[in-house]
Amino acid sequence: MDIMKLTAIELGKKIKSGEITCVEATKAYLERIEVLDKEINSFITVDSDGAIKQAEEVQAKIDSGELTGPLAGVPVAIKDNMCVSGMCTTCSSNILNNFVPTYTATAVEKLKDAGAVIIGKTNMDEFAMGSTTETSFYGVTKNPWNLEKVPGGSSGGSAAAVAAEEIPYALGSDTGGSIRQPAAFCGVTGIKPTYGRVSRYGLVAYGSSLDQIGPIAKDVADCAAVLDIICKYDDKDSTSYKDASEDFSSALIDDVKGMKIGIPRDYFAEGIDEEVKSSVLAAAEVLREKGAIVEEFDLGMVEYAIPAYYIIASAEASSNLERFDGVKYGYRTKEYRDLHNMYKKSRSEGFGAEVKRRIMLGSFVLSSGYYDAYYVKALKTKALIKKAFDDAFEKYDVILGPCAPTTAPKLGQSLTDPIKMYLGDIYTVSVNLAGIPGISLPCGYDKDGMPIGLQLLGQAFDEKTIIRAAYSYECTRNYVRPAYLEERGL
Amino acid sequence: MQITDETIEYVGILAKLELSDEEKEQAKKDMASMLDYVSKLNELDTDGIEPMSHVFPINNVFREDVVENGDDRENLLKNAPEKKDGCYKVPKTFD
Repeated sequence: MDIMKLTAIELGKKIKSGEITCVEATKAYLERIEVLDKEINSFITVDSDGAIKQAEEVQAKIDSGELTGPLAGVPVAIKDNMCVSGMCTTCSSNILNNFVPTYTATAVEKLKDAGAVIIGKTNMDEFAMGSTTETSFYGVTKNPWNLEKVPGGSSGGSAAAVAAEEIPYALGSDTGGSIRQPAAFCGVTGIKPTYGRVSRYGLVAYGSSLDQIGPIAKDVADCAAVLDIICKYDDKDSTSYKDASEDFSSALIDDVKGMKIGIPRDYFAEGIDEEVKSSVLAAAEVLREKGAIVEEFDLGMVEYAIPAYYIIASAEASSNLERFDGVKYGYRTKEYRDLHNMYKKSRSEGFGAEVKRRIMLGSFVLSSGYYDAYYVKALKTKALIKKAFDDAFEKYDVILGPCAPTTAPKLGQSLTDPIKMYLGDIYTVSVNLAGIPGISLPCGYDKDGMPIGLQLLGQAFDEKTIIRAAYSYECTRNYVRPAYLEERGL
Repeated sequence: MQITDETIEYVGILAKLELSDEEKEQAKKDMASMLDYVSKLNELDTDGIEPMSHVFPINNVFREDVVENGDDRENLLKNAPEKKDGCYKVPKTFD
């Protein structure tokens, strides 16, 4: 039996039936990481000893009947911006290179309660600011579909690890597309839940009004199973939604008859690759053939989402990242004149270029004299974007489109022109501004064999409908592993 | 939009960042091109639109002021860049 090819749920079943133990599964994944991760670099921290110890404890609880859930005993990797007590949490930044949290993020705690074995922490863009995982202080992550290409970002490590079968599933976070776009680039599935579904307690904040934790896995069922576990009301997050829990897995129904699906014409206007366009439209056709009512419509406001997003996210980042000052944890500069000089030097030496760029922009748009012209203007734009989605959902159950205008770019091509890189977020950022849920799943490959992602958007707190649509589409396809794994004899 | 040296200095103070001369020049260029780009929002008529900070109606969440976390001083101080006598050590803050 090849454990690594299983989905998280399949592995959970085999552990439950006693066909394989939790320790065996954990060791198998640790070995895979050992073999591949020097090349892929999905992980910043791998906790081998801790994982085996957790696996032993979890196995005992499975044997005693205390743990019975579908993901009990299944290993997981956590994006390195979520705190795990006792495990180094860097946010891919030099400023947190030695930070060991004393508490665990609620979403991770929920997974642990359900019997997850935490193997380690995955690479990301520094403080989740980037679309390629190239801004990490700990080196780039490579795309398992082509080692010369980026895995996407900012949850690039989580997506690449799942694609390379270094882990059955992982947690990511999504502020402007950071779960969905890397999932698309790496040929796997990711969900950004509705804002408020998953507690942000213990997630290192980037843009607090936009950040949301979600799963990246091989298929829709795995993602739904993770949501079943992590979507819980949490009084430690004041934006947590009271009725956050739902049975998401009950929406895994292969039936879209009568479902109304809208395709925004404005998503296909310009800047999109022909191959991405045709794959996504072919996916819409598949859903139509299965009985969905598919229509094109004008969503509106599409071109204003990126400017509004970068103003709001940078403003929130400039405020959130003030806490990194070299006093209580993290990096402190070696030589300084006084307190203020220590703050400035610690931060300047600790943060990378993209983080500094966004802190500077955020500080500027919040500064007196510019606040109304930029920040307030962006908040008003956000209201209009939300309204555009509200209007669309009056007519449609699901909005269907691409996840990104292109497939994964080559390493080293994106950071030189930030605005061009930001434009790649055109289909994802508006979803965070509107707070609605989105799922990304594979729908094809370009001529170089790189995966293309289909994005389905739903109304706020209606993850179930997009899960149903995504599952129905997925039922028409087989999961495809990167050829790289075959080439490596894996 | 032209970004002056004074603006970059001022923003550097707000952001608590000390940029090298080279970084300052780059920041001027980056910020100018980003502000030019985001000025696209000026095409939109937003008169009478309420600025939306949160998408859902969110009210303040109150709870009883009860201590739930224990004394974790030792573990917390393990992360301190410098410490002394069970406290964080910082440079002199006033004379």
